[in-house]
Amino acid sequence: MRGGRLGVRILDGYAMLVLGYLFLPILVIILYSFNKPAGKFNFVWKSFSLDAWADPFRYPALVDAMVLSLRVAALSTLVAIIFGALIALALCRYNFRGSGPVSLLLVLPLTTPEVVLGSSLLALFLDFNARSGFGTIVIAHIMFSVSYVALTVRARLRGFDWTLEEAAMDLGAAPFRVFRTVTLPLIAPGIAAAAMLAFALSLDDFVITLFTAGSKLTYPLYVYGARRAAFPPQINVLATAILMTSLLVLGATVVWQQRTLRQRTGGLLHP
Amino acid sequence: MAGTGAASARQYRLAPYLLIAPGILWLLVFFVVPLVALAQTSVASSGEPWWDGYVRALGTYGTHFLRSFRYALIATVLSLLLGYPLAYVIAFRAGRLKNLLLGLVILPFFTTFLVRTFAWKTILSDGGPAVWLLQQVHLLSEGGRLLDTTLAVIGGLTYNFLPFMILPIYVSLEKIDRRLVEAAQDLYSTPLGAFRRVVMPLSLPGVFAGSLLTFIPASGDFINAELLGSPNQQMIGTVIQNQFLEVRDYPLAAALSFVLMAIITVGVMAYTKVLGTEDLG
Repeated sequence: MRGGRLGVRILDGYAMLVLGYLFLPILVIILYSFNKPAGKFNFVWKSFSLDAWADPFRYPALVDAMVLSLRVAALSTLVAIIFGALIALALCRYNFRGSGPVSLLLVLPLTTPEVVLGSSLLALFLDFNARSGFGTIVIAHIMFSVSYVALTVRARLRGFDWTLEEAAMDLGAAPFRVFRTVTLPLIAPGIAAAAMLAFALSLDDFVITLFTAGSKLTYPLYVYGARRAAFPPQINVLATAILMTSLLVLGATVVWQQRTLRQRTGGLLHP
Repeated sequence: MAGTGAASARQYRLAPYLLIAPGILWLLVFFVVPLVALAQTSVASSGEPWWDGYVRALGTYGTHFLRSFRYALIATVLSLLLGYPLAYVIAFRAGRLKNLLLGLVILPFFTTFLVRTFAWKTILSDGGPAVWLLQQVHLLSEGGRLLDTTLAVIGGLTYNFLPFMILPIYVSLEKIDRRLVEAAQDLYSTPLGAFRRVVMPLSLPGVFAGSLLTFIPASGDFINAELLGSPNQQMIGTVIQNQFLEVRDYPLAAALSFVLMAIITVGVMAYTKVLGTEDLG
């Protein structure tokens, strides 16, 4: 690396600037949760205050929207995890005719603009005179989450040695016991990662939800509407709370995964 | 397993289909069938020939399509220029900080997309910090604006989809065998030569996946244009949304959606021919 040292410094500095760019709006979101705005719109800094944090649930419509978002995210994640993990298991575990088209079908929703996904679902619901609401939102969220879950779990399962299952069966373990003691522990970290991803995507989704929600409001839809009526700092408080919660969950998962990994490799090294 | 050998062999053959059935059915019913419904809607102009929606879509909103693809292309190139060096630093130079830096890259995902874009609105607002800073260094004239400009919209698009560029590039860089780089440095001697002939070609699948994951959502996006731009920056997503949800001209809206998807599909196929890789998953 002789002679390239200055270049490398510049490269590192550039990378830090890009990270700063990624970080900047998040700092603004957190900062403005402590703002006491002059009017109804929390877009201009006035003075520091803890008011919004002291009273985060002041606007019932905002709370309702947040609750709806969490319910949608929980249900759609649960279903998508089951559907997606089963697909990933089939793709990694078996060679079967049609696995190529299945993989393609999984990638296609990711390479279709959200506005097309949302509008096509609306076209379908209109054709069947389906009432938009909780059900249609959940249907849409499961649709786009299944792909993410299947691809994430498949990535984690690639290269896994499936003969371990056969070995367990040869040793006389019943199929369910094999699943519980061999298969499940191996796919659990991938499923945990996929579940967090699906939950976050659902909580965050705006475009597809806009097309499928009818008159219901999720948290992102509430925020969208807030640009016209009133944009209270409580929106920032909830955004900051979501951020902190996800960081805690993420940190806990990383610790848990490292511990199970250590236990397992430890077990292999010292049987 | 219970049963005769033949039965369990059949069970084994059927197993993958049983496993994929629920998820694949869901995708067929709520992804493929809706596209068919969209196609039907697009040709169902009452009293007009079937192509009426398409003629109006291309005739009236051609400039919106062009603008959307232009913005998305610029945002993708910018994301590549910003994201590649960062991905490289994380993969090759971060050492023990690697996981922390990766965590920072995905941190924006944990704050809502819309709230993030509103934060940009605050940053770029008239009398806000960015305008003030640029005026101090005379890059922006007195009374100049950032909000409601093309720059703001493209900046917002770049920001929102940058992690989708960084992560695939990082994954492909991470896979590279370090010994190849060392061998190249022994042979070619300059770090730049090793990068150009070894690292960069091996990272192309990541660049391919990253640019698709940036370009496709960016070209259909309407939040950035709506919150950070003026009507002069309106993108095709706004028009589709507006026609579907406000004007309720369903044939036109569906035709617009379909044209958007068709152009993207053709573009992706051409791009795949050039950079040729199937490693999207």
